[in-house]
Amino acid sequence: MTTAYDAIIIGAGHNGLVTAAYLARAGRRVLVLERRYRVGGAAVSEEIFPGFTFSVFSYVVSLLRPEIIRDLDLPRHGLEILPLESTVTPMENGDYLAGWGDPDKTRREIYRHSPRDAEAMIEFGRLMHHMAQAVKPIISMVPPDPTSLSPKDLLGLLRLGKRFRDLGPEKFHALYKLMTMSSADYLDEWYETDVLKATKSASGIIGTFLGPRSPGTAYVLLHHYMGEIDGSFRAWGFAKGGTGAISESIAGAARRFGAEIRTDAPVSKVLMKRGRALGVVLENGDELRARTVVSSLDPRQTFLSLVGDEALPDEFTADIKRYKFRGSSGKVNLALGELPNFTCLPGVGPHLRGAISISPSIAYLERAYDDAKYGAFSREPYMDVIIPSMIDPHMAPPGKHVMSIFVQYAPYHLNGGWTDERREAFGDTVIETLTRYAPNLKGAILHRQVITPADIEQITGLTEGNIFQGELALHQLFFLRPAPRWAKYRTPIRRLYQCGSGTHPGGGIMGASGRLAAFQILADGA
Amino acid sequence: MLKETPFHPRTAALMEGQAWRRWAGYVVASSYELNHEREYHAVRSAAALFDVSPLYKYLIRGRDAARLLDRIVTRDVMKCKVGQVLYTPWCDARGKVIDDGTVSRLEETTFRMTAADPTMRWLHLNAAGLDVAIEDVSEKTAALSLQGPNARAILELASGQELAGVKYFRLTSGKIRGVPVTISRTGYTGDLGFEIWADAARSLAVWDALIEVGTPYGITPAGMLALDLARNEAGLLLIEVDYVSAHHALIEAQTSTPFELSLGWTVALDKNQFNGRDALIAEHARGPAWRFLGIEVDWDSLERLYADVGLPPKLPTTAWRASVPIYVGGMQVGYATSGCWSPLLKRYIALAHLEGSAGEAGTIVDMEVTVEHRRRRATATVRPLPFFNPDRKRA
Repeated sequence: MTTAYDAIIIGAGHNGLVTAAYLARAGRRVLVLERRYRVGGAAVSEEIFPGFTFSVFSYVVSLLRPEIIRDLDLPRHGLEILPLESTVTPMENGDYLAGWGDPDKTRREIYRHSPRDAEAMIEFGRLMHHMAQAVKPIISMVPPDPTSLSPKDLLGLLRLGKRFRDLGPEKFHALYKLMTMSSADYLDEWYETDVLKATKSASGIIGTFLGPRSPGTAYVLLHHYMGEIDGSFRAWGFAKGGTGAISESIAGAARRFGAEIRTDAPVSKVLMKRGRALGVVLENGDELRARTVVSSLDPRQTFLSLVGDEALPDEFTADIKRYKFRGSSGKVNLALGELPNFTCLPGVGPHLRGAISISPSIAYLERAYDDAKYGAFSREPYMDVIIPSMIDPHMAPPGKHVMSIFVQYAPYHLNGGWTDERREAFGDTVIETLTRYAPNLKGAILHRQVITPADIEQITGLTEGNIFQGELALHQLFFLRPAPRWAKYRTPIRRLYQCGSGTHPGGGIMGASGRLAAFQILADGA
Repeated sequence: MLKETPFHPRTAALMEGQAWRRWAGYVVASSYELNHEREYHAVRSAAALFDVSPLYKYLIRGRDAARLLDRIVTRDVMKCKVGQVLYTPWCDARGKVIDDGTVSRLEETTFRMTAADPTMRWLHLNAAGLDVAIEDVSEKTAALSLQGPNARAILELASGQELAGVKYFRLTSGKIRGVPVTISRTGYTGDLGFEIWADAARSLAVWDALIEVGTPYGITPAGMLALDLARNEAGLLLIEVDYVSAHHALIEAQTSTPFELSLGWTVALDKNQFNGRDALIAEHARGPAWRFLGIEVDWDSLERLYADVGLPPKLPTTAWRASVPIYVGGMQVGYATSGCWSPLLKRYIALAHLEGSAGEAGTIVDMEVTVEHRRRRATATVRPLPFFNPDRKRA
């Protein structure tokens, strides 16, 4: 059976759906093929235990592009982003550090730890705001190739250059430092409170196989401030219904524009002839034809599995093989009979509606990384904990709760490999560590779901369980993502495009990759 | 000292930042938390509990109760069934709106009327020759508004009765913690919601019961800032903000007819004589000069204005209440009176009075915005109201 589409999108993760929606909006006949029984990829909400809905993998909305929310009118399709305002870090001495939604409250809290840091925070915030504003356009542009002399590339570079020049020397130098330093070193220049630096630097290591003292981790600090520029637009927080609701809303928009979405439809090959994509072959043998094929899978899946290296230039294949995944994080999702009672802030309070960060010190995080460097999961891992049912009560039966624990480090390449026993041991370590801060936790657990990088890979298809489809390290960003000269969503196969997080800018539930890919496809007339 | 509502002992205990404001001589919360955002989201995603006790409330009893109200308001009260609630404006003899509120038919000859302004005198003035007793029960009656998708589930648990049968703008009676209550499917948020009316002296038990059973459902006490965002999204008018009462207006131009407020649907021209009928029939025939509609500010246009001064767009996260000019091609065609950034819809919305042909949905207009102290104009589109109208509101 053959059906002709203008475009077939492989994979209904949020980026694939965004590309589909934009192409359909432009009048293209679009078909999305999803291997799993539901859309969403790593942004899915599933009722894993009766009555308890988990955002199984990705669990917050970080930087979903406001222009996507507007262009696709996602609120009309059910997207509702609820505030997730506070971050509380329990400390090993029984104290805590909190960042609240209210700036005065936060300043007073930091003052409690260091009057100097409370003031530094204001100045730091202003500098980061400026740098984020300078860098932000990058996430909305198809990366120009700095080695190209084409007018379009030169123009893109010129615009960027102007942005940076407008920063002035002081901020430009700060930006350069930010792009090259470790987050710990960068924060040392500003702050003295260890727990504050640890909690801030934690955002720089999420999803990477790096520690807070690894160079190149500082720039991720910017991401946080990019969200703040959007400010009251609030494109970050907790999606009502979990992250699956984001995917569902994008799918809803895509369908409204006329896109067709098929689940339980795994693709086995990209159909090609003389270096040109013609369609796809499904695992059941069906061939589906399209003028353009777009893969939202990661670069390794796309090129080494769906295309095959025989059809690709050697140099390109080598680049793709070198592209680093190194999944480093896992997830523990809990169904709870009662709320956790944190020793540092006993009882039910606003802190349970925000994030709980297990990042008591820089040394703690670095030690957690040390374990991973040598192939073990962290004996005392970094954790980012939220209780979704406190924000959206529909996530759990009334009076009961769900807890989402993002855990790092859990290396994909674990010594001896991941087994069922090691998964449970990993889960135990997470619970043990967290129970030290909330002693009733262990007894409150009704069900638990432990997800290792191997599970992430097996369930979602993300290579090595890397949540960003490839590490967000400087050498894999912008015009190098995923490979030099192939950062513009095009591939060495004509009419085959990529639109996943493995392309610029990648990372988180942003949708920017999917949107830019659609623009490139439309600009190419493909 | 301003008066405290019957729920003050509870609301005061929740107040984090002493953010009180005045409402009809009472103090009520602007927001309990330092920021109103969560209270707002409770309206749309769980359930928000508002203390709306300051509303003026009147009991009208007697053989001619229906006739009295029918004379006053623009809706047809004679057709109002027992257990039904009417939202309605009421006008002076020139057809100019004095106030808007609700009329509930509690029994065949007993009605409760709510109003934003004191209405006792107006009721009496219109009651000449009628067999009615009018009682001001404003202070005696406490009122709570429970709004949001979980409102019904919470109220069913608290009252121990099924409420699925209580349709939009209908009411029922029941008991919460032994306290007799009237539960009406009404509100000021455009969402699924109920208002609960109880004897003020016993009403704290109602609050406690709702909080207790509602906590697992995300019940969140919420203040006027949250309510103001919700009512903007719902396109609901606010007296003295969106229109001037005919009883307060100093000049004719300040007054509005129901048709000018896009409340034509509430005017039953075919019923018996009522205040303003002749004027309204005449206006209906010639068509209103003004319309009250939504305005949606174009994001790209707003972003450009801010980018010109090197800033990201600054959005009104609390609703503003001011008169803001609306233009078409440089000519002022109207004015917006309320507006806000809708956190739910992710749109900058406003409510506006538009004159003549500008009062058509789809018209492209300019709205004045102040960007870094300078008056600029952002492109905007006239929209039908409400901006947000979920199925659950009526379902």
